Amino acid sequence: MRNIFNYVDRPSPIHRLTGATKLVCLLLWSFAAMLTYDTRLLAVLPVLSLGMFMLSRIRLKDVSFMLGFTVVFMVLNNVLVFLFAPQHGVSLYGTRHKLFSLGGNYVVTAEQLFYHLNLVLKYLATIPIVLLFVCTTNPSEFAASLNRIGVKYSVACAVALALRYIPDIQREYHDISRAQQARGIEMSRKQSLVKRLRSAGAILIPLILSSMDRIETISNAMSLRGFGKNKKRTWYMGRRFTAADFAAMAFCALLLAASLWLNRVNGGRFWNPFQ
Amino acid sequence: MKNNSVKTIVAIGIGAALFFVLGRFVAIPSPVPNTNISTQYGLLAFMCALFGPIAGALIGLIGHALIDFSYGWGIWWSWVVASAVFGILMGLVSRRLHLADGEFGKKDIVTFNLFQLAAHAIAWGIVAPVLDIVMYAEPANKVFLQGAVGGLANIVTTAVIGTLLCVAYAKARPKKGSLKEER
Repeated sequence: MRNIFNYVDRPSPIHRLTGATKLVCLLLWSFAAMLTYDTRLLAVLPVLSLGMFMLSRIRLKDVSFMLGFTVVFMVLNNVLVFLFAPQHGVSLYGTRHKLFSLGGNYVVTAEQLFYHLNLVLKYLATIPIVLLFVCTTNPSEFAASLNRIGVKYSVACAVALALRYIPDIQREYHDISRAQQARGIEMSRKQSLVKRLRSAGAILIPLILSSMDRIETISNAMSLRGFGKNKKRTWYMGRRFTAADFAAMAFCALLLAASLWLNRVNGGRFWNPFQ
Repeated sequence: MKNNSVKTIVAIGIGAALFFVLGRFVAIPSPVPNTNISTQYGLLAFMCALFGPIAGALIGLIGHALIDFSYGWGIWWSWVVASAVFGILMGLVSRRLHLADGEFGKKDIVTFNLFQLAAHAIAWGIVAPVLDIVMYAEPANKVFLQGAVGGLANIVTTAVIGTLLCVAYAKARPKKGSLKEER
């Protein structure tokens, strides 16, 4: 089965960082991009993240599939924001520079366009980093890194179990779905909505009941091996931090600090060029 | 019942995997173009009723975060948190139901659906849009409408699929006290 999280195994400086480092960096980076609407910082972040993307030797064609979803999501979100609140920028920045009118309430203002520019920059700042994290972190190492950053090992193990069983459950779903379709179940647009939901039920019930048996089997096996007896666990995929790891985390912490500092200087989350 | 904590952990893992597979691959086309009906909330409500609020919250959190990761658009924290909140609230119903003993009568169906209605209303009507405004500064009317549409769709799917799952599961379980000692 194709690997859904798109891990690409290729030697690079980014791959050599530990999973825990990449997770911490991802969190710090995405909070830095999320908290501020300062265009100057938001313009620097995409450049930096593209630079890291080059460094990781991930090619565009490795991620083109995921990129497609993201672009659709970004465009849709921007269109929705404009449709529902064409004057949102005006209320955020407090001034009104009219550019042209599309009829009715839909007057395009410089403030609104500037707000959309910030939204797009936010996507461009975070998307490459998320893709980078997904493509360069081995899923098996992910659980070990969660434990490293302070998540309880029982929860980290639950994540590991989820990652382990996704392909199995996916395969089982396809088997059951084909078997039920052979018996005449229809889930396409031709059926009414309630019928579609009911036929989804006909596939989901066997899938979920068999998963309940699976839970029983796995938890018995884990108890038999003494899982949960000690306070700590070691991880097969765990790795030690190196100097590069500390440098990467310090750099991302700096970005978050910059974002918070800018919010203080600007006296709010928005940098306002209109005043 | 020492086995219970291990069982909850496994239930969280498998539940999150199921949530992911349903959310990612089981897309039922809805009348609105480009929008699919998310069946995973029916499953989540069922898992909450069986395993309680902590398991429910973590299944919602891990499952939703994994879906967002697999699409690569970053984690939309406000909606991930709303999934977890739904898990916690829905998990409270587990104390009133005895699904594992094979009990799920008409009264339980009503209780289950009242809880899911309230939990969805709070999660998508309040938590998700308010976090959208606080975290991402999005326009209020847009996020409240998105929340309302999403919440309503989730209520319908949970009512159909969640209830079906509970009924089927209760039927498959041996009833409590169904065995009598012969004298």
